[in-house]
Amino acid sequence: MEWLGFYNYWIVVVLMMIGFYAVISRGNMAKKIIGLNLFQTSAFIMFISAGKVLGGSTPIYREGIELYSNPLPHVLILTAIVVGIATTAVGLALAVRVHENLGSIEDDLLSEDDSDDETST
Amino acid sequence: MNINELMPFAVLVPLIAAPICALLPGRILPWLTAFFAAASSLAIMSGVLPEAVDAPIRYAFGNWMPPIGIEFRVDAVNAFIGLLVSLMATVILPWARISVNQEIPERQGLFYALFLLAFSGLMGITMTGDAFNLFVFLEISSLSTYALVAMGRSKTAPLSAFRYLIMGTLGATFYLIGVGLLYIMTGTLNMVDLAERIPEVADTRAVQAGFAFIVVGIGVKLALFPLHRWLPGAYANAPSAITVFLASTATKVAVYALLRLVFTVFGVSFATAMPYAEVFMVLGLFGILLPSLWAIEQTNMKRLLAYSSVAQVAYIILGISLLSVTGLASGLVHLFNHAVIKAALFMCVCTVIYQTGSARISAFHGLGREMPLTMIAFVLAGLGLIGVPLTAGFISKWMLIQAAIEQDLWLAVVVILIGSLMAVIYVGKVAEAAWVRSPPEGREPVKEAPIGLLLPMYLLVAATYYFGIDTRLTLDIAMAGARVLIGAGP
Repeated sequence: MEWLGFYNYWIVVVLMMIGFYAVISRGNMAKKIIGLNLFQTSAFIMFISAGKVLGGSTPIYREGIELYSNPLPHVLILTAIVVGIATTAVGLALAVRVHENLGSIEDDLLSEDDSDDETST
Repeated sequence: MNINELMPFAVLVPLIAAPICALLPGRILPWLTAFFAAASSLAIMSGVLPEAVDAPIRYAFGNWMPPIGIEFRVDAVNAFIGLLVSLMATVILPWARISVNQEIPERQGLFYALFLLAFSGLMGITMTGDAFNLFVFLEISSLSTYALVAMGRSKTAPLSAFRYLIMGTLGATFYLIGVGLLYIMTGTLNMVDLAERIPEVADTRAVQAGFAFIVVGIGVKLALFPLHRWLPGAYANAPSAITVFLASTATKVAVYALLRLVFTVFGVSFATAMPYAEVFMVLGLFGILLPSLWAIEQTNMKRLLAYSSVAQVAYIILGISLLSVTGLASGLVHLFNHAVIKAALFMCVCTVIYQTGSARISAFHGLGREMPLTMIAFVLAGLGLIGVPLTAGFISKWMLIQAAIEQDLWLAVVVILIGSLMAVIYVGKVAEAAWVRSPPEGREPVKEAPIGLLLPMYLLVAATYYFGIDTRLTLDIAMAGARVLIGAGP
């Protein structure tokens, strides 16, 4: 049962595939964004869980502690979470604009090609 | 202040100018700020390039020595790309001012702020020596690009931006996962450090998976042939100035990131152990043929040029799949030349849009007599795209053919020639519309474009021919860059 020891990576893989599948298979833009969030979160969990050192303490300097967990992945992921939030915000804002302009947020029903002249608006 | 300390300002000046731009009222002030920022980046990069060709220039941020701290590390390859990006931004901005006044009449401060953010993000990707920092800059440039694409006048612009966002974020997250796997295996994020430690763990599944994730992730960003779906819509619906800027810089910087990671970080021996060359060769060959074919079918001129861009990226991919100094150099030269040529072509098409309000091929009927200067510029730049001798496009295609012949890849040579013939068809299609067809009945006579739009256009057309005759800047530096990448001396 050695593979169970890596259960954090199994969670990452399962989350990643759920998110990825949702992005590809769903036409609804809001659902696509949710899938995208799951997908990004799985990458965050991968980084953070890799920073854990077995038997290591929280990375805050204290007397009498020799072994600390690695704080660097946390710092990296803080940045990545901010990026993720920004992406979600931009994505949702775009979905609102698409709904205003085209009256639907079902991605697969819409066409990017403006059938008549581009400057008709 | 020596050049080492000046170098990071090529990224910092536009980054700091961006929020200032957002606060400035009116039209002239934000534009001036943006132009000043781009021009100062260009000035810094033109000082950096000659130094960087001899030895890499490094700058450690906050005086934290790498590999602990983040560093900017500039050698012949990224100095070349950085110069290209800042040059294109500086040339495009004067042209953009006029077209932006028409397309985005209000709140131009925000537009130029986003433009500067995208520009500084691209510069950052080019300069950084840290794999995670590259991800951050990638997202800075991508997020501002999504917003810029959505600012297009067409009703479907937000839809294109949304599709671009989904693809782009998937690509960036793939890259992040790849970097994560490398970090788990090596414990470092500095590129030079990674390059030293990867050979020890090269045979593990995790590093190989990391390689695959990184290549696919950046493949989305550079519109590698089967991952290019976002590109035509984004280019077609973005504001004109952004189309020109993206076409000449965004995919090029992504190609650079791929080169840096595959060659500097993983190294040629790792790439040959993976089926990298074979996959890229096949994608390059199909990527030249199919998008060229689609380009011929298009009736929207921006889309036509966008598909042609996908095909031109495939030439670069073909060049770098050969894993030889000549192949890589041909990729780097084509990167530069194609940026100049495609910017000129998009400028011509967008100038016609500025005057007629339509990107349809039917709007081009009879324009050869009504807008002769613009259409002549289009044909002159189009000759460069085809690769006629004396143009920059000829130099890069000639290099690519030489690199293919070196390895007896006659199929690749045939495909390159067929691709060029297809370029003749789609450039010829526009020339035919402009000169052979008569203008549609009842159309108001179209006037020639204002001089402010023509000047930058002709500057780029002149550059197409200049770099086709005098290849000292492009070819020599590309050769030096290719040697750096392949690991054969500085």
